[in-house]
Amino acid sequence: MTEELGEVFRREAGRCITTVVRVLGDIDLAEEAVAEAFAIAVERWPRTGFPPNPGGWITTTARNRAIDRLRRTSVGDERHLAAQRLHINDMESDHDPELDGLDDLVDVVADDQLRLMFLCAHPALNVDAQTALILRLLGGLETGEIARAFVVPEATMAQRIVRAKRKLHDNHAPYRIPRPAELPDRLHVVLVAIYLIYTEGHTATSGATLSRFDLSTEAIRLGRTLVELMPDEAEAAGLLALMLLTESRRSARVAFDGTMVRLGEQNRRLWKSDLISEGQELVRASLRRNRPSSFQIQAAIAAVHSDATSGEVTDWSQIVALYDQLYELRPNAVVALNRAVAVAELRGPSEGLMAISQIDVVALDNYQPFHATRADLLARCGRREEAITAYDRAIELTSNAVEREFLIRQKAAAVEEPQA
Amino acid sequence: MAQYLLSVWHDDTYEVDFSTPDAQRMVAQVGAFNEELQKAGAWVFATGLRPATSATVVRSSGGDVSMTDGPFAETKEQMGGFWMIEAADLDAALEWAGRASAACEGPVEVRPAQG
Repeated sequence: MTEELGEVFRREAGRCITTVVRVLGDIDLAEEAVAEAFAIAVERWPRTGFPPNPGGWITTTARNRAIDRLRRTSVGDERHLAAQRLHINDMESDHDPELDGLDDLVDVVADDQLRLMFLCAHPALNVDAQTALILRLLGGLETGEIARAFVVPEATMAQRIVRAKRKLHDNHAPYRIPRPAELPDRLHVVLVAIYLIYTEGHTATSGATLSRFDLSTEAIRLGRTLVELMPDEAEAAGLLALMLLTESRRSARVAFDGTMVRLGEQNRRLWKSDLISEGQELVRASLRRNRPSSFQIQAAIAAVHSDATSGEVTDWSQIVALYDQLYELRPNAVVALNRAVAVAELRGPSEGLMAISQIDVVALDNYQPFHATRADLLARCGRREEAITAYDRAIELTSNAVEREFLIRQKAAAVEEPQA
Repeated sequence: MAQYLLSVWHDDTYEVDFSTPDAQRMVAQVGAFNEELQKAGAWVFATGLRPATSATVVRSSGGDVSMTDGPFAETKEQMGGFWMIEAADLDAALEWAGRASAACEGPVEVRPAQG
């Protein structure tokens, strides 16, 4: 029962908070109320069993509790009066929280989740604050869990969340779905925040293990929710596809001894075929709309990789073409670097190095993958001394123990057997 | 409705020469923007400010009033002017700020008023 309760909490917390935020117009109040409702559930459900709609029960109970508390403690505040007005109809009817308000909840819950997503990923917040708020409010994660996931002290994370909520509150940030004209920009901010949560889980920037399962799983869950809520947004489908296709390779990325395995050397039988087919189907569907954008193209690149039975038979010309397309949309140094990697696979390491030499190196000097990629290509060209210098810089820049170990072994290999 | 301060920031050495075509274009843009604010009922107050070097800081403590020459904060960036506007919410204020920034050709800081 306790485990099931935990699962219900994880699954429903975000949805419950979204609705209660709309009713109360206040994030903090909503959070407290939902926590209170869960406390009641923990005490009651082991005796009575689960109600037919646990999420609805929690939402309605939370809302009623919050409104009761407001009635006791405040008079005259406009917001509180509004909350009471919204509640009046429910109070006149049957006050059983399992029944009351469930019907009208079904319709609004989806919109509430979207509203909260756009609020959490408001462009007036920095991306650290956005991801923290999303995980706290939509993911229902504890502040301590989020802090551990991002490897920051709990007090820092708590302050980040409080500050973000306060900024939204002080600024009268609206709780609404952006208008069609604003939607592409605003949606992109939401997607970037979710992707950041995913990549943080996929490659922990520091710490002893390469993957932190919870963050990636949570990001995929959020991505799924978003695609359900906005089925017409190809870019949302693109992000979900990208995450699923990347996720499909998770167990192949780390060897039994905990070391990292590069894409080309991964045992492709370990790739999860269900995630691949789901991801590929999303890519196909979103590309049919013929409005390619950055997440879709990245997903298409991942889909090409997952088509190949081995690194050698990968369709690298297709991948280079997709990177060319991506670079047109997002002409930045990281995209250029990834394109250079594909060029090296297609036309050989010296062509790859040539492509790298055309990138603005200053922008990438503190970017570990830049030095690791250069080192690898230099070693493959037999330019041993330069390769070792580049490995040293890459090792110096990585804070992830697994990645560091991988780079140290690569460097050792370059020292021992120079390739012609 | 809520009120927001939209402030314009310049390098502390910035000084406008209003005879130049660049400055006149900006003045015309800001004038048109101000009219839009007034038409929309969003206008509360707005003005450009003389350079920060013209500022004086006054402190009163225990009946003693002291003055220092220059702006309060000795920073590289100083406020060059501001609008006080009324908007339904943050998004509306940010939209006005985007147009303000285009009009005055510089970054605009949005800060909500108390209350």
